[in-house]
Amino acid sequence: MKITLTIIMLLPLLGALIIAAMPAAKTTLVKQIALATTVLVAVATIVKALGFNTENTALQFRQSYSWIPSFAINWALGVDGIALVLILMSVILAPVVILAGWNESEGGRWGVKTFYILILVLETMMIGVFAATDLFLFYVFFEAMLIPVYFLIGGYGSGERAAAAVKFLLYSLFGGLLMLASIIGLYVISGNNGGHTFDITALSELHTSMSGTTQNILFLGFFIAFAIKAPLWPFHTWLPDAAKSATAGTSVLLLGVLDKVGTYGMIRFCLSIFPDATKTFTPLIIVLSLISILYGAFLAIGAKDIKRLIAYTSISHFGFITLGIFAMTTQAQSGATLYMFNHGFSTAALFLVAGWMATRRGSSTIADFGGLQRITPIMAWSFFIAGMSSLALPGLSSFVSEFLVLVGTYTRYPVAAIIATFGIVLAALYVLIPVQRALHGPTTPGNEDLKDLNLREKVAIAPVIAIIVVLGFYPAPLLNAINPAAAQVVSQMGYSDPAPTMNGGK
Amino acid sequence: MTTFTLPVLNYGILAPILIVLGGALIGVLVEAFAPRKSRSSSQLFIAVLTLVIALAALLRTRGVYSTKAAMSSITFDGAGFLLQGSILIIALIAILLLADSDKFAAAPTAVPGSDEERQAQAANIRVTEIYPLTLFAIAGMLIFPVATDLITLFVALEVLSLPLYLMAGLARRRRLASQEAALKYFLLGAFASAFFLFGVAYLYGYSDSITFAGIASAISGGSANDVFLLIGISFVSVGLLFKVGAVPFHSWTPDVYQGSPTAVTAFMAAATKVAAFGAMLRIFYVAFAGDVWQWRPLLTTIAIITMVFGSLVAISQRDVKRMLAYSSIAHAGFLLSGVIALNKAGLDASIFYLFAYGVATVGAFAIVSLVTDSSGEVTDLNRWAGLGKRSPWIASSFAFLLLAFAGIPLTSGFFGKFYIFSAAYESGNTAILITGVLSSAIAAFFYIRVIVLMFFKDSVDDGTSIVIPSIYTRITIIASVAITVVLGVFPAPLLDYIAETASFLR
Repeated sequence: MKITLTIIMLLPLLGALIIAAMPAAKTTLVKQIALATTVLVAVATIVKALGFNTENTALQFRQSYSWIPSFAINWALGVDGIALVLILMSVILAPVVILAGWNESEGGRWGVKTFYILILVLETMMIGVFAATDLFLFYVFFEAMLIPVYFLIGGYGSGERAAAAVKFLLYSLFGGLLMLASIIGLYVISGNNGGHTFDITALSELHTSMSGTTQNILFLGFFIAFAIKAPLWPFHTWLPDAAKSATAGTSVLLLGVLDKVGTYGMIRFCLSIFPDATKTFTPLIIVLSLISILYGAFLAIGAKDIKRLIAYTSISHFGFITLGIFAMTTQAQSGATLYMFNHGFSTAALFLVAGWMATRRGSSTIADFGGLQRITPIMAWSFFIAGMSSLALPGLSSFVSEFLVLVGTYTRYPVAAIIATFGIVLAALYVLIPVQRALHGPTTPGNEDLKDLNLREKVAIAPVIAIIVVLGFYPAPLLNAINPAAAQVVSQMGYSDPAPTMNGGK
Repeated sequence: MTTFTLPVLNYGILAPILIVLGGALIGVLVEAFAPRKSRSSSQLFIAVLTLVIALAALLRTRGVYSTKAAMSSITFDGAGFLLQGSILIIALIAILLLADSDKFAAAPTAVPGSDEERQAQAANIRVTEIYPLTLFAIAGMLIFPVATDLITLFVALEVLSLPLYLMAGLARRRRLASQEAALKYFLLGAFASAFFLFGVAYLYGYSDSITFAGIASAISGGSANDVFLLIGISFVSVGLLFKVGAVPFHSWTPDVYQGSPTAVTAFMAAATKVAAFGAMLRIFYVAFAGDVWQWRPLLTTIAIITMVFGSLVAISQRDVKRMLAYSSIAHAGFLLSGVIALNKAGLDASIFYLFAYGVATVGAFAIVSLVTDSSGEVTDLNRWAGLGKRSPWIASSFAFLLLAFAGIPLTSGFFGKFYIFSAAYESGNTAILITGVLSSAIAAFFYIRVIVLMFFKDSVDDGTSIVIPSIYTRITIIASVAITVVLGVFPAPLLDYIAETASFLR
């Protein structure tokens, strides 16, 4: 049988059905089935991805079936380099999360079964949201994936989990409904210009028949929804609460994958459907990105809780990603996509190790830790490498993407690039301060008996760290897939890369 | 000498209405002659059988629509067929709820707290008049959306209203509240009927005709006095807006929804809305269409106020039935946007929305009737805390129906909302689209609050529990949830069918 995107999407659902049919008492078997399913999905996706033609800028692996003909809605899937990379990230993170959080599901409000059903359903939607080439289908996944995440945070998290879950859901729903208004607008406009359609290729040609004001308003509906999701300052306040209250695994999926839907949406929909409005709003968005970079970094420096710290660093990183997207150069665009991929893994490593530290210590306050380097060397080193990746140390994968974003931005917006560079300096502070306090120095009371990572945890973190290191040295496979798509996005916008100029370089 | 023409009644087309009326009369006879013991089961049997036969008769008329019957006072067309079908299906699901007859007063005529009442309760008398009353109301509802002259419309209005006034007062517990609800509903309803009749008189004065076609041609002729027309339209609208519960004619809704027996509320909230909006659609699309520029601004204002008011006030409700009442007001606002749209999409969307909303409403109230303590139903929301833990299936069904009200993708409510707002926007009404989407966001808040209560709050141990549903209630809930799922995942067949069937014969 040929592996298609639809089949890859159905696999996790199938796993969820099997789990649903199992007796609740067999928790270990449930976990094993969930793990096996996600590994299978990851393998299938990687096999599929090997057949991706990097020379071709068009959407590949396309499938289209009519779903609701009266609204011209299709079950249409397909990927370009950008979507493919994000899908790969999602399917690799899913088994890692399940393996790393093997016992996370047991302290929950509901049983173990429900937890894995929610995770698997979420995986289907994560693949769907990146693979959808029909705007309406994208929206369905975009909204529907809120529900499993909502129950994952509210049912299995800790502390003020219910409040955090509601805050997350209401912010996202508000954004989603604004986007729905814009989608309805596009639907009607497409109907007035040669027939209703939700196909993103057809929609990207629609801007010629929209007035400037209409474009601006519809653009804002999309952009605010994505900015809440990403999240960009000033729409970010839900993220730290959600990340702190959720289990480490859920946080990884939330920050690593779900938030990427926001930045992915900006590339796929804001840029391609509303090129003129994008140009109008670019200065504003670049300012917002810069504020996010610096503001997130400052908050991270001041954070006392390690999970909140990671959430704040993500706000800063999402600032970089948005900056890269709206800088409108091929380098910055490629860098932004690679950044999304790398951020997924470095945040995953940080969150997973932080989660293990918090469970062992019974606290996630940074001040409670000290001297872990001596007691739990492997855990400490993992955290250290993840931290270095987060501050974009050369040789680790994040460096490549951050460098590309900055270089790409500098050629068009030098001032913005210079300001963003301060974000790197601050990153060194917000990573090194907790590293120094928690890992180095004397062993503080309460930490003497902490256990180091066990075999399962080592197996879970190993691929993540391997990816961080290997892609740091050799990012070419991913960049080869991303570059044509990124160039396509930039040229569609009517931009060409500024040629490097040399003044007086005789 | 004038010749007398025999009135032509097209019995084939009138069959569903006549069958329901016949069933009601048989019910009255059973009430009079059958022994008390067997009444309950035979009444239920007769009612269900009547509705099934009526539905079958309705299906047989498929294809012969686009005809006028009963001397043009009833027009049977595609839209009428769909509306009648919706009413019958909703009634069929809702009437099963009446089977739990311990919810109704033993002796409705007895003064609350009197000896007579105690005796009746001790003798375990079950009230069964409610079945014929319901059937009479259904007959009125079937006529209401197909009536094409103002007198028939008024008669139908009264036939559907009078039994409902009585039914509202039949609650077994909290009888004073129930009787208050009945009286309030009756007095305000009578007032609204008077307005309606007053409007009819003006319309007759304006157009010299009581048929919709006559009014329409008088409007297109344009020679008559416009003031009469405006007064007529306004007063007729008052009567109709009262029935659908639009602001500022909504004040009866919360009290009546709360005071009535929940089974009656379920029927009333769902079926009345379909019938009233059906009539409203017909009169505005057929009779008043030519005058759209005069009534549209007014109706738009009312729709906007209704959406915002219903959503905002629902937030502060502490009682689940009152909350659903305010949510029904908000939905009336959404539905009004279909009337205002005045295009084919608006008609199709309204019919789909009405059916989806009606079915979900019946299911939601059916579940409300299950949450009880020793003194009867518990509608105080705070006491619903933790129900998800004790009865996961019932609580999940309720949560799902609430998500459908909120319009989350993969529920029927989502497509309803999308369809009706896109129809409104297609007619150029941006204000409706934006207000609708924003009030949906507000509305999502209070639906989610209930979900939080049920799933994320620990239960208070005060004897509140979910009773095991009887087989009838179970059928109702399962049917309602199943239809909501199917219409949310695979609405294409129904949408297509509505699109090709729905039209008004002018």
